[in-house]
Amino acid sequence: MAVLPILTYPDPRLARPSEPVAEFDDELRTFVADLTETMYAGPGGVGIAAPQVDRLQRIVIVDVRPKLGEDCHGLMVLINPELLAWEGMAVGREGCMSVPDFTGNVIRAERIQVQAQDPDGRDRVYECEGFEARAVQHEMDHLDGLLFLDRLVSRKTDLFRRKNYQKRKA
Amino acid sequence: MSQALLTVIGEDRPGIVAAVTQALYAADCAIGDASMMRLGGYFTIMQVIDYSRDFGAVEAALDPAVKRLNLRVHLDPISSVPAQEDVANVRVTVYGADHPGIVAGVTEALAKIGFNIIDLESEKSGNPERPIYVMIIQGSAPQGLEQVRLTLEPLKAEQGVEISVHAIDTALL
Repeated sequence: MAVLPILTYPDPRLARPSEPVAEFDDELRTFVADLTETMYAGPGGVGIAAPQVDRLQRIVIVDVRPKLGEDCHGLMVLINPELLAWEGMAVGREGCMSVPDFTGNVIRAERIQVQAQDPDGRDRVYECEGFEARAVQHEMDHLDGLLFLDRLVSRKTDLFRRKNYQKRKA
Repeated sequence: MSQALLTVIGEDRPGIVAAVTQALYAADCAIGDASMMRLGGYFTIMQVIDYSRDFGAVEAALDPAVKRLNLRVHLDPISSVPAQEDVANVRVTVYGADHPGIVAGVTEALAKIGFNIIDLESEKSGNPERPIYVMIIQGSAPQGLEQVRLTLEPLKAEQGVEISVHAIDTALL
């Protein structure tokens, strides 16, 4: 186990898109363990994506227990994650280990359904809401080379609650 | 390096921000926190600037833009106090049929509980015969969200407005 160094903006490597994971082997599981340890060592300690440690693979780890206690999914290792559905929108302030000392408002879906594989290659589907859903969406953005800076809205932006439902994929 | 708070207002038209900031840049000033927006038919700028030359040089640098765009400028030297540590943890949204007293009523109630307003934006809009007033306040509530809710609850009936109170949570990811 090791804490890996985190890339920070404006490092151009953060803007590169990541590739899907094809091999579910011991090397992958060792990396996932290191990435998890790196996440827990961070200031927020609730989410991380592989490209933040300069590995261009579609791997996201989220564990919002430090924030929400047991009222969440606990440790989620999301490999090749895809959003199946989302609902609602909320403005929330975010910060990121890769963008130290800056926070800003971002609009995210309030509830999401995400499909991913676990470190053994098994399919998993999670339904997340609120803070946990925000964390998953934030980390998934890293896989496409996006930072929350790319989604900033005015610090004054407020949204009256809206109903919205979209489905992607079959 | 010294700091000043620069206020600029003028009838709104394209080019005000460019003229002011180009003049500041040419005079070796750096812009810090800034709020620039149209209020009524006027464009307003309030910004913290760092300047390395003397105060008079900043005023002189702005002068051509001021004359050309018919701007009014006010420059206050400020001591470089560090930014306040308290962060906005509550957002209050107020809206209703416009009438005098909404802002005074809401902010008086907030002041009584030590709520520090960090940002207040309001807009009068809608049909001119039946205008609505919308106000969004962000600030630091020392005793948390629930106290803000309780304090503002009676104002809904007194002022005939909708008031909602939300937590502003920073997700450090």
